[in-house]
Amino acid sequence: MQNTSKVIARPVEIKSSKKPLWLEGLKKLKKQRTAMVGLAVVLFFILLGILAPVLTTQPVDGFNPEKTLIPPGSDHWFGTDDQGRDIFTRIIFGARISLWIGFFSVIGSIIAGCLLGLVAGFYGKWADTIISRFFDIMLAFPSILLAIAIVAILGPSLFNALIAIAIVNIPTYGRLIRSRVLSVKEEEYIMSARAIGMSDGRILFRHILPNSITPIIVQGTLGIATAILEAASLGFLGLGAQPGEPEWGKMLADARQFLTVAPWTLLFPGFAIMLTVIGFNMFGDGLRDALDPKMK
Amino acid sequence: MKGPLLEVKDLKVHYPIEEGFLSKSGNVVKAIDGVNFSIYENETYGLVGESGCGKSTTGKAILRLIEPVVGEVIFEGKDINQISRKEMRKVYKDMQLIFQDPYASLNPRMTVGQLIEEPLIVNSNLNSGERKVRVSELLEIVGLNAYHAPRYPHEFSGGQRQRIGIARALALNPKIIIADEAVSALDVSIQSQVLNLLRKLQREFGLTYLFISHDLSVVKHISDRIGVMYLGRIVEQGTKHGLYDKPLHPYTQALFSASPTIKAESRKERIVLKGDMPSPTNPPTGCAFHPRCFAAMSKCKTVQPKLQNMGDGHYVACHLYDE
Amino acid sequence: MKSYFARRLLQLIPVLIGMSIVVFSIIHAIPGDPATVILGDHATPEAVVDLKAEMGLDKPIVTQYLSYVKGIVTGDLGTSLRTKKPIMDEAIPYLAATIELMLISMIIAIVVGVNAGILAAWRRASWFDYGAMLIALVGVSVPVFWLGLMEQWVFAEKLGWLPSTGRINAREPVETITGLLLLDTTIQGNWIGFWDALKHLILPGLALGTIPMAIIARITRSSMLEVLNVDYVRTARAKGLSELKILYKHSLKNAFAPVLTIIGMLVGLLLGGAVLTETIFGWPGIGRYIYDAIGSRDYPVIQSGILIVSTIFVFVNLIVDLLYARLDPRIKYR
Repeated sequence: MQNTSKVIARPVEIKSSKKPLWLEGLKKLKKQRTAMVGLAVVLFFILLGILAPVLTTQPVDGFNPEKTLIPPGSDHWFGTDDQGRDIFTRIIFGARISLWIGFFSVIGSIIAGCLLGLVAGFYGKWADTIISRFFDIMLAFPSILLAIAIVAILGPSLFNALIAIAIVNIPTYGRLIRSRVLSVKEEEYIMSARAIGMSDGRILFRHILPNSITPIIVQGTLGIATAILEAASLGFLGLGAQPGEPEWGKMLADARQFLTVAPWTLLFPGFAIMLTVIGFNMFGDGLRDALDPKMK
Repeated sequence: MKGPLLEVKDLKVHYPIEEGFLSKSGNVVKAIDGVNFSIYENETYGLVGESGCGKSTTGKAILRLIEPVVGEVIFEGKDINQISRKEMRKVYKDMQLIFQDPYASLNPRMTVGQLIEEPLIVNSNLNSGERKVRVSELLEIVGLNAYHAPRYPHEFSGGQRQRIGIARALALNPKIIIADEAVSALDVSIQSQVLNLLRKLQREFGLTYLFISHDLSVVKHISDRIGVMYLGRIVEQGTKHGLYDKPLHPYTQALFSASPTIKAESRKERIVLKGDMPSPTNPPTGCAFHPRCFAAMSKCKTVQPKLQNMGDGHYVACHLYDE
Repeated sequence: MKSYFARRLLQLIPVLIGMSIVVFSIIHAIPGDPATVILGDHATPEAVVDLKAEMGLDKPIVTQYLSYVKGIVTGDLGTSLRTKKPIMDEAIPYLAATIELMLISMIIAIVVGVNAGILAAWRRASWFDYGAMLIALVGVSVPVFWLGLMEQWVFAEKLGWLPSTGRINAREPVETITGLLLLDTTIQGNWIGFWDALKHLILPGLALGTIPMAIIARITRSSMLEVLNVDYVRTARAKGLSELKILYKHSLKNAFAPVLTIIGMLVGLLLGGAVLTETIFGWPGIGRYIYDAIGSRDYPVIQSGILIVSTIFVFVNLIVDLLYARLDPRIKYR
């Protein structure tokens, strides 16, 4: 009965020596010019954020009465604001905040959305009904308003803005993964996994999730762009960053009254937001074309 | 003689038809509606029938890959339809499935080695090194090479992929393998290679097969005993020779006469059946075959025939043979 | 179709109930005692007790929720803590202002977006295509509030062409009938007032409409590219119809279908964007009403404002779905 020992066997290498499948997708991505431009912009801002303390010697915060509202020049590339703070310095430190909120809120949304979407799609029945209704209810609110409501509950702060943005975007990912799971779970290799006695957990995370994740990665990249915009909006409304924090939206809110006398205080933070968001949007669009041409 | 290794008693799979939001119509699809058979150790039991007759559903229902299943599936004296999911997972060590479609049943994101190693990870105590030895061994057994392990399924031909599927099914040393249309997707020349492999494995490892196919010649080639299914029920069952030499049920006779490679001795000319197989949603009353049967009697419309013993292990469910 | 309609309405019930629970919870989810939070840390205990009684916060939570729902159903959205007026009465003129702004934004977005999309697809890979798609990319990436500020800087401050804030010149008020000033002035034949109201609408309308415009342009372009390869367009070309005529006559309807499917989503963007745009342009709409309420911790107004806006959003989506089901017979009524 034992079908061993007939053959003298040696252990065998079972991992592919080739690059993983997703790297093949990235190869295609290299040919997408817009995606590469987008990636370059994104990397530029990431670098700016990382190197911020090296790139500038000016203080991020504090009041400097002798230096208020200086126009852009060699001392202050982007000028100074009404508190006499160097705008260039604040923008490169602001890159840290925006990217941080963008990445982590999206990661939070994806983790929560994937868990809920996997359960809804895989188990169906009442679990699906409850989770899908929950998504419907959340999507019944315009996203920024729901974020405002959440921040109104938690109290205004950067971290709470991040939480609010993460919560608001859960249904986007949840629905996406649910619909993928509904089709992937009908694949025969899932039944094949069951037929060797695999637990639901392993089926979900080793077989269904990896085969459902591609559209999530694309949506997540585009989602970072949205999250950065939402964070800036909350900051602008005074519901995100607090006074002193160099968040781009908050900088715009503070500089609003100087529109006529010192337009540079508004010009540069706005450009910073726009460029970062453009970067993620271009990269995300290219990623979609490279990894998942059927999408949208 | 020992008792059967696997005994299926009155197995039923009925799906409710959902009409939509909040309303259930109460109608059901009777995919299989009372299937009975037994399989003895080391034999091959063939299950034949047209597509849609419920033969694949039967195979998957035995393994509880489709639910809900009503009836008894007695494996080594235990009704595995009653045990918990967790216990059922251990039963898969002894019962394995080979799928019809070697393209669809292998996760495209895993290498062949990973695919064959997986049953060992989830259902054995082997450590990583032992598993790798076993994978290499299994690849040799099914006629592949160890160097195939790090490749992805899409790099293989259909026949090779089916060998991968067989290796995966074999990994846990099962007692019984359910082969669900295991060679139907393959070219004829490859079919015989894979069939020969299956027979070789049966001899070497004392395997028991439930071989499900619509292809009469393939079933004849490999089976010891055969059951013929029609619309969710077994209408005739017998040894290979008993059945092929002397088909009793009108449906079996028609089926065999339509097959170009099989000449039923009793009838030389082809029997053409009227109409299509009825929908399992709304099966005919009495004998499900009566609307298409050339020998239908008035009794057939009202009374469902039971399987009756015709001697020599030959059973038939038809009123023609009523006492 | 009828059953689809009924089912779609039935699906609304859990959503509306869920919405009311979320909105109701806003005040109760605040960490700490809501009355104290609203009044600030220095409030006297008596004032806290009074406010609790006023807002019904001293009753059990289920009772509070039920009376809240009863209020909503009967059109009572509570009282503003700041102005002490019924929120329902206050909100209606604000709502009218927001609707007028959104309509203008939507018109701008659809007219410009659809045409740009069609022309870009027609002259694929031309400078116009590249230019339009670049602008569309910038359009989906620009923060609404910053765009509004830049518009004010250029068109109001520097060029002085258009007013930067408000709905109408304060010295020449318009008598309101519907609350939509363009409509009211037309009814009254007040063309000076009409022109004035229109000038006030352009900048905020453009700011709010930019994102939908960009999205519409992209979607129209990609769906047009599909349609342009279809046989009947080729046939029409072979028949010698002038190309632009073909474009508009034969493919517009097909190109518009995907736009219709996203209109619900776009209305959501507009409603959300209204909070920011109205804040920038001093537009007395519902978004600004909510924003001001956040500043003054006027929780009943925050709750009701969000509820009003979300209810509008839900019903717009319902209408769009039903409209789409009517227009496209292929839709599955599941």
